[in-house]
Amino acid sequence: MPTRERRHPHRASKRRVTASGFDLRVSPYLYIAPFFILFFLFGLAPMFYTGWVALHEWHPIGGQGDFVGLANFTAVLGQGMFWKSVFNTLSIFVFTAAPQLIAAIFIAAVLDANLRAGTFWRMAVLLPYVAAPVAVAIIFSNLFGNQFGLVNNLLATVGLPQVQWTGSSIASHIAISTMVSFRWTGYNALILLAGMQAIPRDLYESASIDGANRVRRFFSVTIPMLRPTLIFVIITTTIGNLQIFDEARMFGGAGGNGPVGGADGQWKTITLYLWEVGWRQANLGRSAAIAWLLLLLIVLIGLINFLAVRRIASSENGGKR
Amino acid sequence: MLRRTASTIAAATAAALVLASCSTDGSKPSADGKITLEVATFGDWGYAPYIEQWEAKHPDVTVEYETAGGGDDQREKLLNFLGQDSGLACVEALEVDWLGELKQFSDRFADLADPGLKDRWFDWKSEMATTDDGKVIGYGTDIGPQAVAYRADLFKAAGLPSDREAVAEYLGGANATWDRFYEVGAEFTAKSDAAWFESVQGAYTAMVNQVEYAYENEDGTRKDLAGSEVERIFRTVLQHGTEQKQSAGLTQWSSDWNASFKRNDTFAVVLAPSWMAGTIKGNAGEGFVGWDIANVFPGGGGNWGGSYLSVPAQCKHPEQAKDLAAYLTSPEVTLDQAVKNGGGTPSQVEAMNSPKLLPLTNPFFNNAPTGRIWADRAAAVEVVPFKGPNYKKVHDVVVAGLNRVDVDKSQSIDQSWAQVLSDLKSLN
Repeated sequence: MPTRERRHPHRASKRRVTASGFDLRVSPYLYIAPFFILFFLFGLAPMFYTGWVALHEWHPIGGQGDFVGLANFTAVLGQGMFWKSVFNTLSIFVFTAAPQLIAAIFIAAVLDANLRAGTFWRMAVLLPYVAAPVAVAIIFSNLFGNQFGLVNNLLATVGLPQVQWTGSSIASHIAISTMVSFRWTGYNALILLAGMQAIPRDLYESASIDGANRVRRFFSVTIPMLRPTLIFVIITTTIGNLQIFDEARMFGGAGGNGPVGGADGQWKTITLYLWEVGWRQANLGRSAAIAWLLLLLIVLIGLINFLAVRRIASSENGGKR
Repeated sequence: MLRRTASTIAAATAAALVLASCSTDGSKPSADGKITLEVATFGDWGYAPYIEQWEAKHPDVTVEYETAGGGDDQREKLLNFLGQDSGLACVEALEVDWLGELKQFSDRFADLADPGLKDRWFDWKSEMATTDDGKVIGYGTDIGPQAVAYRADLFKAAGLPSDREAVAEYLGGANATWDRFYEVGAEFTAKSDAAWFESVQGAYTAMVNQVEYAYENEDGTRKDLAGSEVERIFRTVLQHGTEQKQSAGLTQWSSDWNASFKRNDTFAVVLAPSWMAGTIKGNAGEGFVGWDIANVFPGGGGNWGGSYLSVPAQCKHPEQAKDLAAYLTSPEVTLDQAVKNGGGTPSQVEAMNSPKLLPLTNPFFNNAPTGRIWADRAAAVEVVPFKGPNYKKVHDVVVAGLNRVDVDKSQSIDQSWAQVLSDLKSLN
């Protein structure tokens, strides 16, 4: 493409003007088209089809049954297990997000210091993320075995009482949060590290000259400057956590047998409940209704996130200027 | 943010689709004109050598053997991919608990009816896989008659008879009852630190498999379980299992359950169907000494499980697949398997009556005459339980109820049963 002519279209022939005008107007859309075509095909279309399914009786094999209107939605909303799954999902989110974020910031700060063999450490931090989630979940499920798991053995050696990991909601949520954090902390640490490295170094220099020590510099320079990255990490973590499936599916697992998410649904997340209703109870209509309710929940939490972020951003501006 | 979610969903869906299109429809012609068939079983059923034999006779076919997952995974997989009419292997394993559910959709399976094979299986075994209009959706593999596998060393230490004939006699011999079984359990647990049996789930499954119409009426509609035989069994097993601490409180097939077999003092008895002998040996390890099998079962013989091989209609090479399924379920193959495994219970009349089967012994179980024991146990089965379209769904809910009390210890028997009833109500 002759760039000269692009920059000076008035000098070019008429034909070229039209061509490059067409190019200018259309090509941006062509560039982004692959994403939107894929998104319509695999994102939006299935989403609305799911809505269609949710309005019917629908068997995984038998397919479409009678039109039932909103009956699937009312049935789901009327079930204690649905609300339990919402609670479980939020609870696992809380147990995961806070420790994970703190650990990720800490790890990023350490990596941001001039370590020897820095690339090696950065790669090492990412290793758990490379491991397949199901493999991680199987290993952790063994560690968190009720009677013969390593964690309980360690607790016993220290003289603490053993925990029935699959017994109570809280215990199982802690176990699952451990798996999720194990996988994602390193990943988030790297994103935060990228954010930290984008902070201009002269800020640190002037802070040192002003007499701020390492800790003070971290809290007064690093954290505030990291805000946009932090917001990104928090949002992606939130969405990811609302969709937890693999870890909960495998936890307390019985080699592909037994109840999904615990005998009392102790760690049945929304996605797991959706799966159970659809493919264990063979009721895709109701399962699709759960999918839509999950979408609404994500939108709701997304809005809350958005508002919170706007507030933070505006108070930031107000504070600085 | 929304866009991110959407793109995540889009990416995930796209990835899933790519994966799905990579996984074959169970058959594909390759460059050299060979066709490929896939055989999928839940767990390794030891078919590899027999598949090789079959391949040798069919040089134009390559067979791939998939052994992933458990029975519940297999059911989910079939529910999903039968509906999509693609994605399944050409030979898929079915389990008897949900055979009735899939029989509703017999048009999704190739008809395996074959006059030449009509008398190959026990009548009741082939009838279960035959629809009302005579279509056969599965060839029987094995059956699961149950015996009492026990730890002779723990029995001895607790002052019970430990010799296998004496144990059978002590539990009531031919007239063994569940009352007697739990009575001996109380006697055992009073003198031992170990539990009597491994899980309430196991004991319940054994008992409910002796009920002809447990969860459903003859026409396949669901029964009201309040005050039913199922409730009686539910309460009986839990009272003995948890209140009298006869159960080790494990979830079957969980990592804890698997690991418990390596321990010396967890439980003394497994109500074992023939196919579980291999599980016990596998979990305990070859060198573990102490297991034995008594030729007795409470309540007049019981059968747990037993499977089928089916050919989904979506398979592109149904003739070859049918031939392969027929071969893998032939008396020669199942008999050979039983011989290799130290006893077994084929569902084929000829294999079960073979003179080769009776003299078999199993060194892991203290050289127990497993050939004779399994044959006797199969003959003792009196009831073929009806398992219709709702059986598996209801069974799952009840078993979850058992585990709330036995494993989680989060509910009382009454609370858990009340929840079973309400969970059943919200099931469809």
